[in-house]
Amino acid sequence: MKHLLSTQDLSAEDAIRILDTAEEMAAVNEREVKKLPALRGRTVVNLFFEDSTRTRISFEAAAKRLSADVINFAAKGSSVSKGESLKDTAQTLAAIGADAVVIRHWASGAPHRLAATDWIDAAVINAGDGTHEHPTQALLDSFTMRRHWARLHGTDSQGTDLSGMRVAVVGDVLHSRVARSNVWLLQTLGADVTLVAPPTLLPIGVEHWPCKVSYNLDETLEAGVDSMMMLRVQGERMNASFFPSTREYSRRWGFDDTRLRALDELGLKDTIIMHPGPMNRGLEISSAAADSPRSTVLDQVRNGVSVRMAALYLLLSGDTREAVPATTQSKESN
Amino acid sequence: MAENSYLIRGAAILGADAEDLLIRDGVIAARGKDLDAGDATVIEAAGLIALPGMVDIHTHLREPGREDAETVETGTRAAALGGYTAVHAMANSNPVADTAGVVEQVHSLGRASGWVDVRPVGAVTVGLAGEQLAELGAMADSRARVRVFSDDGICVHDPVLMRRALEYVKAFDGVVAQHAQEPRLTAGAQMNEGAVSAVLGLGGWPAVAEESIIARDVLLAQHVGSRLHVCHVSTAGSVEIIRWAKSRGINVTAEVTPHHLLLTDELVRSYDPVYKVNPPLRTAEDVQALREALADGTIDVIGTDHAPHPSEHKECEWAQAAMGMTGLETALSVVQETMIETGLMSWADFARVTSTVPARIGRVEDQGRPLEAGEPANIILVDPAARWTVDPYKMATMGRNSPFKGKELPGAVIATFFKGHPTVLEGKLNEPYRHPETAAAVSGN
Repeated sequence: MKHLLSTQDLSAEDAIRILDTAEEMAAVNEREVKKLPALRGRTVVNLFFEDSTRTRISFEAAAKRLSADVINFAAKGSSVSKGESLKDTAQTLAAIGADAVVIRHWASGAPHRLAATDWIDAAVINAGDGTHEHPTQALLDSFTMRRHWARLHGTDSQGTDLSGMRVAVVGDVLHSRVARSNVWLLQTLGADVTLVAPPTLLPIGVEHWPCKVSYNLDETLEAGVDSMMMLRVQGERMNASFFPSTREYSRRWGFDDTRLRALDELGLKDTIIMHPGPMNRGLEISSAAADSPRSTVLDQVRNGVSVRMAALYLLLSGDTREAVPATTQSKESN
Repeated sequence: MAENSYLIRGAAILGADAEDLLIRDGVIAARGKDLDAGDATVIEAAGLIALPGMVDIHTHLREPGREDAETVETGTRAAALGGYTAVHAMANSNPVADTAGVVEQVHSLGRASGWVDVRPVGAVTVGLAGEQLAELGAMADSRARVRVFSDDGICVHDPVLMRRALEYVKAFDGVVAQHAQEPRLTAGAQMNEGAVSAVLGLGGWPAVAEESIIARDVLLAQHVGSRLHVCHVSTAGSVEIIRWAKSRGINVTAEVTPHHLLLTDELVRSYDPVYKVNPPLRTAEDVQALREALADGTIDVIGTDHAPHPSEHKECEWAQAAMGMTGLETALSVVQETMIETGLMSWADFARVTSTVPARIGRVEDQGRPLEAGEPANIILVDPAARWTVDPYKMATMGRNSPFKGKELPGAVIATFFKGHPTVLEGKLNEPYRHPETAAAVSGN
């Protein structure tokens, strides 16, 4: 692997290799001295064109635990806000000697541009681009689910996938990079995915995706589900006629206390409740659900560091086994 | 040898039998076999096809205002090399071509350049703002004699304003060329809405946003008995609506761009903004419907929508990038590839959709004429057997944003005669035509 841009072009072999490596990193994170010398002397730039403290500190912790030098470049208040182009920023980072660029961008495809052009030669990790993808989030979600699934089956999670696991992804799929990355990765790992959303928040063309689609959360619960992944509802959707009101959204698609009880009533004792954070308590998830023993929200945050360590390690440690080409575009001249 | 006499020897006229064409003093003096060259310069044209000079109904020359993207000089050089003898310069310059003064300026620049006829398009509304009619009559009466009016780039979406524009241009035989894009349905739109946009997470541009405006406009044109032209049709549904309108006798014409005949939204998967265009690249089904519609006459003409941009407007994130592609120097080849080599059209059909009908829509009297004795000598010679690889850096346009970069295409323009004068010879720029008022200035040098 040269870059990590998307989960769509990630083979099952590569995905499992990342997850297995993350397990090894998790063991490091259990130790008192949470540090490996693997990336000593390498420079990782966190290039954030969009505020995301959670993702940025997760990547920062991951890089530091691998002994990399970390530069945080927040586009706000920087040369970028003065009109510097992505190209100039990338070339600047190249001149500084960045070995990896972790990029968060509001524009879908911005990481692909960095990877496909000759602006910079560093490894590119997509830390969330627009409404496109957020591959490390999907990987940490799968990591979390895989541990749960392996434990239920009484096996070690190393080397396993998610075959047979029923996953419901609920909410604003249309605008969610988390949903897209999860759909592709979960399909690759053998899970059965159902998207549950109001029809207004599903993309035209979703019928081509490798998953089922439902408008009815209760029917999805009744059909049986092993993991409920609740997506954040962004504030700006609320006044754009995607749904009539937050209360109606919450009643129909929120994971509320009634549905939390329904899991027990339906005998779904091992079903977990996931959320990528930050949560809108009382909207897409109730406080009781978020704080219940079923909730994996904090596990996800913890696992995020391990998964990002694995991604940085595999991209930068000189493991040059060829993976699926990360981009379909050839180098473009200036 | 006479400076203004040429004998084109043995060209296949509109792709049919080889004949000679004798050009003298800007007109075709004779057509026939084995013509006597006399003192005329002989152009050997065996294996070449003679066609009427192409007329682009939809070109962005960017001047005035964005001379860093293109000028009338560079854009019309590109046009001549592409086989054009006339282009319609769209109104979205800065200042907008919404007054007689601006259209006369563009017209004058075109005559000073002398590579092709530059026919300015007038804006429908002041500043393209969609609020108030521009002085359409003044532009029609100006030296530029504007007949095509368009807010291209922006849809005249207010139905009352569109109705009034359609009605008003009847006074001087004008036509409103509509950029059909319902603005509310395309807020933030980045690419065709469908399977690919769903995966890429780019804002969707639904086909219905184009089709609903075309449906409204053909009904308005019928109601007020006026002439409507639909710019850059891009969807199968639009084709169906236009076909229906024509069957009802509504006076509507439509254009398709070369890129919409060849490229699909699958290319957007690269996130390379060279594929970002308005209207967006659509699906393979749309491409097929557009080709069939052009072949059966539902779509009347090719319009390049040549839209050069400075590199910095394309070397960026997709969402930040400008919309548009260059097209003047690749149009003939792309149409040959998509329409002629597929057997859908003949070279005579090619002449109809690239010259005869666009000239008629734009009311350009001395263009798009038959290749017969007594007609103006706007003629191109095409080598249909040539194959070439597109290199945007070798083009005359200042825009490097060709979506065909690196692609091998058939067909090459070998010569372009504009008013009987060779602007292009051996596939290279020759000399521009000197209009009487500029000839004096040049000889004064």
